[in-house]
Amino acid sequence: MSVFLAKRFVTFIATLLGATVLTFLALEILPGDPASVILGIDAPQSAVDALRDRLGLDRPILERYFDWLEDIVTLRFGVSYTYSTPVLELVRARLAITFPLAILAMLLSAFVAFGLGVFAASRHNRPGDVTVMGISQLGISVPNFWLALLLILLFAVQLRWFSSGGFPGWHNGVWPAFKALILPAIALATVQGAILARFTRSAVLETMREDYVRTARAKGLSRRATLWRHVLRNAMIPVITIMGLQFANLLAGTIVVEEVFAMPGLGRLILQAISNRDVIVVRDVVLMLAAFVVFINFVVDVLYAVIDPRLKPHDV
Amino acid sequence: MTLLAVDNLTVTLNTVRGPARAVRNLSFELEKGQTLGIVGESGCGKSLTALAIMGLLPENGWADGTVKLAGENLLTYSEDQMCQVRGNRIGMVFQEPMTSLNPLHTVGRQIAEAMRLHRGVNKAEARTEVLRLLDMVGIPEPTKRINSYPHQLSGGQRQRVMIAMALSCGPELLIADEPTTALDVTIQKQILDLIRNLIEDLGMAMILISHNLGVIYQNVQDVIVMYGGARVESGPTHDVFANLSHPYSQGLFEAVPQIDDTKASRRRLRTIPGTVPELADLPAGCTFQDRCDYVTDACRPTQPPVVQIAAGHNVACLHVDAARKQWAAR
Repeated sequence: MSVFLAKRFVTFIATLLGATVLTFLALEILPGDPASVILGIDAPQSAVDALRDRLGLDRPILERYFDWLEDIVTLRFGVSYTYSTPVLELVRARLAITFPLAILAMLLSAFVAFGLGVFAASRHNRPGDVTVMGISQLGISVPNFWLALLLILLFAVQLRWFSSGGFPGWHNGVWPAFKALILPAIALATVQGAILARFTRSAVLETMREDYVRTARAKGLSRRATLWRHVLRNAMIPVITIMGLQFANLLAGTIVVEEVFAMPGLGRLILQAISNRDVIVVRDVVLMLAAFVVFINFVVDVLYAVIDPRLKPHDV
Repeated sequence: MTLLAVDNLTVTLNTVRGPARAVRNLSFELEKGQTLGIVGESGCGKSLTALAIMGLLPENGWADGTVKLAGENLLTYSEDQMCQVRGNRIGMVFQEPMTSLNPLHTVGRQIAEAMRLHRGVNKAEARTEVLRLLDMVGIPEPTKRINSYPHQLSGGQRQRVMIAMALSCGPELLIADEPTTALDVTIQKQILDLIRNLIEDLGMAMILISHNLGVIYQNVQDVIVMYGGARVESGPTHDVFANLSHPYSQGLFEAVPQIDDTKASRRRLRTIPGTVPELADLPAGCTFQDRCDYVTDACRPTQPPVVQIAAGHNVACLHVDAARKQWAAR
């Protein structure tokens, strides 16, 4: 394995460690004692104390942190206070919704953004470019929860093409489940896609000014051939970076959009766990999401090395 | 038949300060196998002349006049027709070998690209040709280097790759725009020798663009000195250098340090006072008027007439006699 990948892997682990500290601290300073939330405000103090003892809440903070770390490293995830179900089991069911949703939204935003961005760049400052940039400005300005509501009003309430929410589950056939994901995916992809389209456009425009693009034209390549063979791959390097960063936003967006579409996904699980002070669920799931985001960025780094030969150390 | 006939070429750029005529009424001819140098400082329009011939002017620029390649006016060609000319009948080498190659493609692929496009050769044939070209431009171990990426090569090697690329389709004309400016002096000589030998062997014509008088003197048969977008002096290289007649050419020469033991080498190095005028507000009349020692009111209203002082040696200056006398007496 190359030095480049090894370095990235170390960064990957360090980032995850940082994420555990932040997650743990954030939950420590969150007001509200989990034991009293679970038992309700009328519970006798003795019962609350007993629960605190059982949950280990009265132990020192460092001890609890390292216990948690040990659990994670040995892959022993906790059991939810509220559901009395192992976190892993909760997550597995929710992931069947959130994972396809995030992937679908990402693909949708990437396809639309690449198409529009390259189209706009190749018509720089002409009506096609101005129109696309106007539309993308609109896309960036619309909050995803509001767009979700508009989509429900139009496609579910008025046109009745889609249901307004909920998820039938994959066991009832792939198409109905996929269909239920379409509107939420559009709501999620719009903002991401609009930002990515602008980014793609400027990356392509910048690359078109490079000397080697002029060299390609001097060889007799047409504008189109130059764009496909010499510009796009070079322009992809910054665009992929942004896609990796956007993935974190996308996961955060699922929390809101799943709520609007009443989909029992991972985002909704976190939202409910937070309001229930289900600390174990929150911290484990947040960490999983963080790991996922960091992993995606790791994949992006590896992609750089695939695209750009300058990043491949040859004889290491 | 004349290979390239540029007649009254004017390149205009739209700038924020209004239209700027970056090349003004430039005319010259180039026969098959002839070599021509264009010399002048940055912004004198030499590179834009090259780009105008290639049909690759920046988006804010356009060319007027005629550029005839073997009798056909390239300025009336469609984009598709120009794509048949570029890289095929005219090859071009650029200044910056560091940035003029695509960092993501192997050099072999980049050299093969023009041949695949214009000659329609298959992959295997292209590979054989690329290996021959790499060998021709003096790159050691072509079979190994064919799969190298630009960043794995030195500046000189990259420029050799650029030359191989420009020559791959056997063009009738090679345009080399400051091909050695970004290289060390020792490498410069190697690259220029390589270009000159290849030009002779292959019988190509060449336009060599440089700001370096020495480079021009040693490598081309004819020379054009440009200033402010206009030709100020032109002729056979040896005649021009033996009898520098335009005050600007003289100033350019005076600014070059001489390393020999003559009277001229012990004098103080002179510079041309002032700076190059903004293209958007070039003066009417002679473009060099604001920096010229010989300037009179007669220089200001109209462009100076072109005076022939020897066979093929032309100078655009009203005071050419005074300038020549002064130069001879220095």
